Amino acid sequence: MNKLNFLQPDKNNLNTYLYTGTILVALSIFIVFLNSFFNKDLISFLPGTLSFFLPLILGFIGLHLIRIEYSGLKFLDSINKHINTNNFNAFLSLLIVFVVIKSLPPLLSWFILDANIAGDSKDVCTGTGACWTYIKIWFNRFMYGMYPNAEQWRINLSFIALAFLGTIGFFATEKFKKYLTLYYVVIYPVIAFFFIFFFISGGPIFFDFSYGIIAAVISIIIGFFIPSKFKMYYFIIVPITLYILLKYVFFYEELIELGKLEALEWVETGAWGGLSLTFIVSFFCLIFCFPIGLFLSLGRRSDFPIIKYFSIGMIEFWRGVPLITVLFMSSVMFPMFLPEDMFIDKLVRVIIAISLFEAAYVAEVIRGGLQALPRGQYDAAKSLGMGYWKMHILVILPQALKLVIPGIANTFLALVKDTPLIFVVGLLEIVGMLNLAKTNPEWLGFAMEGYVFASVLFFIICYAMSKYSYNLEQKYKTER
Amino acid sequence: MNIKKILPQLLTLLVVILIFGFFSYNAQVNMENRGISFGYGFLSQESSFDVQFSLIEFDGSHSYFRAYLVGLLNTILVSVIGIIFATIIGVVVGIARLSNNYLINKTAAVYVEFFRNIPLLLQIFFWYFAALRALPLPQDTEPMFGVFFLTIKGFFVPAIIWNNLDIFIYSIIAAIISIIFIRIYARKKQENEGIQTPVLSISIGLLLILPILTFLFGGVDASVEVPVIQQLSQSGFTYEGGIKLPPELISLALALSLYTATFIAECVRAGVQGVSKGQKEAAASIGLTPNQVLKLVVMPQALRIIIPPTTNQYLNLTKNSSLAAAIAYPDLVLVFAGTALMQTGRAIEIVSITMLTYLSLSISISIFMNWYNKKIAIKEK
Repeated sequence: MNKLNFLQPDKNNLNTYLYTGTILVALSIFIVFLNSFFNKDLISFLPGTLSFFLPLILGFIGLHLIRIEYSGLKFLDSINKHINTNNFNAFLSLLIVFVVIKSLPPLLSWFILDANIAGDSKDVCTGTGACWTYIKIWFNRFMYGMYPNAEQWRINLSFIALAFLGTIGFFATEKFKKYLTLYYVVIYPVIAFFFIFFFISGGPIFFDFSYGIIAAVISIIIGFFIPSKFKMYYFIIVPITLYILLKYVFFYEELIELGKLEALEWVETGAWGGLSLTFIVSFFCLIFCFPIGLFLSLGRRSDFPIIKYFSIGMIEFWRGVPLITVLFMSSVMFPMFLPEDMFIDKLVRVIIAISLFEAAYVAEVIRGGLQALPRGQYDAAKSLGMGYWKMHILVILPQALKLVIPGIANTFLALVKDTPLIFVVGLLEIVGMLNLAKTNPEWLGFAMEGYVFASVLFFIICYAMSKYSYNLEQKYKTER
Repeated sequence: MNIKKILPQLLTLLVVILIFGFFSYNAQVNMENRGISFGYGFLSQESSFDVQFSLIEFDGSHSYFRAYLVGLLNTILVSVIGIIFATIIGVVVGIARLSNNYLINKTAAVYVEFFRNIPLLLQIFFWYFAALRALPLPQDTEPMFGVFFLTIKGFFVPAIIWNNLDIFIYSIIAAIISIIFIRIYARKKQENEGIQTPVLSISIGLLLILPILTFLFGGVDASVEVPVIQQLSQSGFTYEGGIKLPPELISLALALSLYTATFIAECVRAGVQGVSKGQKEAAASIGLTPNQVLKLVVMPQALRIIIPPTTNQYLNLTKNSSLAAAIAYPDLVLVFAGTALMQTGRAIEIVSITMLTYLSLSISISIFMNWYNKKIAIKEK
C-alpha cells in the first residue's frame, strides 16, 4: 500500500480516497436533507456555530478527497471536471446544492402540499400554503377581463380561428408558397383586424363583418368556375357588389332594429381585459410596429435630407421617452389635439402609441442589419440596373432582416412585457385584473398567488417566444 | 431627375406640416373652449399638495417647479440605487455565466432566464404588494446587526450626523483630482520608461488617507443616530430618528436592479466571450502573468464591448423607473405628470416638460456614448 497523503489525493490510493470522500459528501448532504425535509437535527449535540457549518466542512473535505485527476472512472472525472475543479468551485457547488435542498420543502409545501384548490370560496383556504381556489374562481376574469361570461366563446373562437389561419403557412403546397408573404403581410392582418374589432366587439357593426365574410366566401366558391382570363376583374367587382347587395338589399339595418335578426351583443373595449387583451394589444402592435420601423430605418439611411432628419427625429424622440409617458400623452394630451366631436377609442389610441414607440426600437435594430451588409451587395444590385425599391426588396432586406432576427425577437419580447403598462389609461389586462381582484373585499390577502400565477404565464409565453426566435435564427443562418 | 428627388421630400414635409397644423389648430380651439391659455407661468404658482417622500423640503406652499424638482430628484435617487445594485448583481451573474462549474453556470442561467422573461411591472407589484407586505410590523421587528430595522412600514437605517461635512467632501475631491494626475504621470512613465506604477493601491490609499486626515486634524466629526421605536397610539408604532427608506423605494429599486441585472449579465458575458482566445494565448506567450493578461489584455478589450450596451441598460433603467407611478413612489411621472397635472389641468405643458426631461437625459447620454465609442474604437490602418 502506498503512503497516504490527504492533502494531495492521487491515483495510487484511489479507492481509499474515493470511499472516504464519497462517504463524507453523502453524509453532509444527508444531514442537510434530514434537517430540511424532516426537521431532524443529527448534529444538535455540537455547539451552535459548528453544527451550522459542519455539513459544509464535511462536504468540502469530501470533495477535496475525490478530486483525483485522470482517475479512469468516467463518472468521477466528469464530476471533477464540471463541479469540482478547485477548492473554490467545490465550495460554491456545495453551497448551491445545500441551498436547493433547504429551499425545496418550503416551496413544495407552499405550491402543492399545503395548498388548496378545492371548493369555491375563501373559507377552504385554511392551510399555510397557496390558495389556488382564488385563481380558479377568478380564472375567467384573469383571462377575459370584464367581458360578459356568456359571450366569451367569441374571444375563444376568434383566437382559435386566428391561430389556425396563422399556421396555414405550414400546410401550404408548393403552388401557393409564393403567395405566403403576401398572405402574412397583408391578408392575415386584415382578417385579424376584422375578427377582433368586429367580431369580439360585436354590436351592429358585426353585420358589416359577417356580410363581408359571406360575400368573400360566396365569391371564392364561384370564383373556381370562372375562367382565369377574367379572374382579376371578377375578384375586384363581385365581392364588393355582393357586399353592397347584402348590406343594402337583403339584410338592411332596419331588420335588426325590428328584432327580426339578433345581433351579437356589443361589448365596449373598456370591458375587454385579462390575458386576451394582452394578446390583442401585443398582436396588433407587433403587426403595426414592424412596417413602421422598417420605413423609419430606410428613411434614416435615405439620401433625401428632409426624410432622413424626419426619421432621425421620430426614432430619437420615441426612444428617448419612457413608454408610460407616451401612454399618458395618448390618454390626457392627445384628446386635446383632436376636434371636439372626434373621438378615438381608448384601445386604438393605446395600440397606436405602443406601435409608434416600439417601431423606433425596431427601426434601430433593422438599421443595424442594414449597416452590417457589405457595400458590395448594394453595388452589385445597382450594377444589375435595379432601382431603389427593387434593390431593397430583392437583395438588401432579405439579407438584412435575416441578420437581425434575434434583435427583432428581443424587441417583440419587450413589447409583450410592456403591455401591462396600459393600466395607465384604465385598460386592465392580466396584471391590471390581478390588482383589481386583490382589492376585492372578499378575496383580500391573496396577492402572492395572483402574481405567481401571472409570472408563470408570462414566463411561459416569453420563454417560448425566445426559444422560437432562436430556432428561426438557426434556420435562416447562412454562411458568408 | 431633380423632380424625382424633391417630390418625395416635399410630400413628407407637407404631410408633417398638415398633421402638426391640424393638431395645433385643434389644441387652440379646445383650450379656448376650456378657458385655459397656453403657457408655463403656472410653474411658479403655489402647488398646495404634499409629497410623501422627498429629498428636499416640500409642502403645499412651494411652487409647482419645486414639485418638479422633487420628482426629478426622486427619479434620480431610485435610478442611482438601481444602477449600483444592477451593476454589482449583473457583473457577478455575468461572470458566473462564464464559469466552467456546471451548477454555478446553470444557476446563473436560470436567474437570467427567469427575471428577464417576466414583465418589470409584475415584478414591482410582486415585491411591493406580496413580498414586502409579509414583513413584520414595527413593534415585532428583530433588528439586523442591532441598528437596521426592516419593517412593513419601510427600512429604517441609522443616520450619520456630520460636523463640517464640507471639509470631508473637499478632501475626497482633492483625492480624486490627485489620483487623476497620478494616473497621467504613471501612463507617461510607462510609455517612456516601460515601468509600471501601482496606481490602484496608491489610489485606494489616497482615498482612505485623505478623509481620515480630515477626521484627525480638520475638525470633521460624525456620530450615528440609531432609529428608536416610538408608540404613536394603542397599536401604532414607528421609528424615530435615522433615515426611513419607504417600501415603495425598496421594492422599486429591488425590481429594477434584479430585472436590469439580467441584461447587464448578458452584456458582461458577451464582452468577455468576445475577446478571442488568441489574444489571451498571445499575451501569455510573451510572458505576462495571468493577472496582467486579465488587466492589460482581456479587460480593455472586453470593456470596449461591454460598456456601450451597459450604458444603454442604465438608460433603460432610468426610463423604467417611471413605472414608480404604479406603486405610488413619488417620482417625476407621479408627482408632476400625475398630481400636478390633475390639479392644473395643463396636459400639454406638463406632459411636454416630462417628456423633454427624459428626452434630454437620454439624448445627452447617447451623444456622450457616440463620442466615447469613437474615442475607444480600434484605430485600423
